[in-house]
Amino acid sequence: MAGIPHDHYEPKPGFQTWLHSRLPIVSLVYDTLMLPTPKNLNWMWIWGIVLTFCLALQIVTGIVLAMHYTPNVDLAFGSVEHIMRDVNGGVMLRYLHANGASLFFFAVYCHIFRGLYYGSYKAPREVTWVIGMIIYFLMIATAFMGYVLPWGQMSFWGATVITGLFGAIPGVGVSLQEWLLGGFAVSNATLNRFFSLHYLLPFVIAALVAVHIWAFHTTGNNNPTGVEVRRGSKAEVEADTVPFWPYYVIKDLFALSVILMLFFAVVGFMPNYLGDPDNYIQANPLATPAHIVPEWYLLPFYAILRSFDNTVWAVQLVHFLTFGIVDSKLFGVLAMGGAILCMALAPWLDTSAVRSGRYRPMFKAWFAVLVIDFVVLMWCGSQVPSSFTGWVGLIAATYWFAYFLVILPLLGVLEKPLLPPASIEEDFKSHYASPAE
Amino acid sequence: MSHAEETSGTRRDFLYYATAGAGVVATGAAVWPLVNQMNPSADVRALASIDVDISGVAEGTQLTVLWRGKPVFVRHRTADEIKAGEAVKMSDLVDTNAENDNLPPGSEATDANRALDKDGKWLVMMGVCTHLGCVPLGNGAGEFGGWFCPCHGSQYDTAGRIRKGPAPRNLQVPVAAFTNDTTIKLG
Repeated sequence: MAGIPHDHYEPKPGFQTWLHSRLPIVSLVYDTLMLPTPKNLNWMWIWGIVLTFCLALQIVTGIVLAMHYTPNVDLAFGSVEHIMRDVNGGVMLRYLHANGASLFFFAVYCHIFRGLYYGSYKAPREVTWVIGMIIYFLMIATAFMGYVLPWGQMSFWGATVITGLFGAIPGVGVSLQEWLLGGFAVSNATLNRFFSLHYLLPFVIAALVAVHIWAFHTTGNNNPTGVEVRRGSKAEVEADTVPFWPYYVIKDLFALSVILMLFFAVVGFMPNYLGDPDNYIQANPLATPAHIVPEWYLLPFYAILRSFDNTVWAVQLVHFLTFGIVDSKLFGVLAMGGAILCMALAPWLDTSAVRSGRYRPMFKAWFAVLVIDFVVLMWCGSQVPSSFTGWVGLIAATYWFAYFLVILPLLGVLEKPLLPPASIEEDFKSHYASPAE
Repeated sequence: MSHAEETSGTRRDFLYYATAGAGVVATGAAVWPLVNQMNPSADVRALASIDVDISGVAEGTQLTVLWRGKPVFVRHRTADEIKAGEAVKMSDLVDTNAENDNLPPGSEATDANRALDKDGKWLVMMGVCTHLGCVPLGNGAGEFGGWFCPCHGSQYDTAGRIRKGPAPRNLQVPVAAFTNDTTIKLG
């Protein structure tokens, strides 16, 4: 690994040297695990391990569920019931997989907001950030397709609504929608391809996770001060960092075990709390559920999608300027994609010279509003549309865009940041005055 | 770029372009079948148009058939329903477009433009609410004696035109035609 100087793997004479000169795999693992890691990382730096665990959990439980599941419109719903009732331990495997998706998204939101607060996305970590955003986008696609597989009412109608969005694209929209569905409506062809892609995408995500880790191992971790590790000498590095193994591995595993305790409490005692009861009714193309909602983790972006109806002046203006090509439905689709794109562009929108939000007094307030905004959007997405939720959703969606497109660029100019500490060592010492002897 | 000493128009340059061009064409030819296999298959396309027997549909009743995976309402309207549909003024409508795939775009949403036959007895339309795709309830449901969507309360009149509620458009009339007195061909 380039970057922070540290001791590298030295193969001993004999088998180690023999293997190392043929395949330096031990060296790769050693250098990855012994990476010098800032010694001041707080508890918000544990989500990476939680996310890695979630990916492994979803892949392992998913592979065994696929041994019992049948992707056919006549058999899918029954095969999920078969898993729940007849397969040995099937009920636990399915609940782990379904709630595992919730833990996965909970962790990814913590991880993303950690990055947004401490400026982890800023130079030189833009590539890490953008890869992370691609992973997040693939997670959404994977979760959406996985939700269709049990072939319940919400599976079917959720798929109908979301694939219907592609039909809003001018010109090619309808052809694109039929291409995605493999028919004129959600059908057996749709279910089969969603199963295939739901199985494929997690492995694409796993590969991107490796690239994500490679990227931040090249630049080194960010840390709560946003101050870079000093690289002048090995002594400086050792004053600022500790090796990932064993220090952070143990800390992260402790955090993971606490989170898993809560997770298993949910899986064991309230496995359907986060799910929708309508999905225990088999899909019926002739009857629509009264209220179609996505799972909780997609609600904020669903709210942004719904917020822009044709009474909003911005929608009317765009409609006029594009000669009617961009209507309110397409505007909503563009807004939903744009909301994620804005976040991915944060490294270039944030103009502040100071990296960490800890030393940015004005930023702190705007960031707090962004976190509240996210929760408000989530609430709006869960509600039956009314004029009140319409207004709240519109204001919340506008703030989301304003934060990235207006506030982040302007704060760098308007704000007078505090002075960050000179080094990680200094920050560490101010918290832990002298190590206990 | 060529490493040859003459920098313009060498045979080597030509070979580079030809190879790259052939490579692009070959890649495209290999990828297209992989993309095209996702389009609707022959059996799905075969059912893209179906014949519906309407001989058993008595006046004042409705037949619901599944076509292209979506419900289609075939309503045999009563004289009262036709009269009620004709009495509506254009200014009272939310959507003044006929939304009829059998007519040129932009036709007015008159009762005659919504019905399939000259007498206005047969109303054929997609049973898909234009709001969020729910299936409306029929048989004179709602304040306007037509259809009522249970999801968000959209109300359609006896010609399937949106009158009240969040739906933006009239129920879509699909491509349909009588092949004989008792058969309607959809699609």
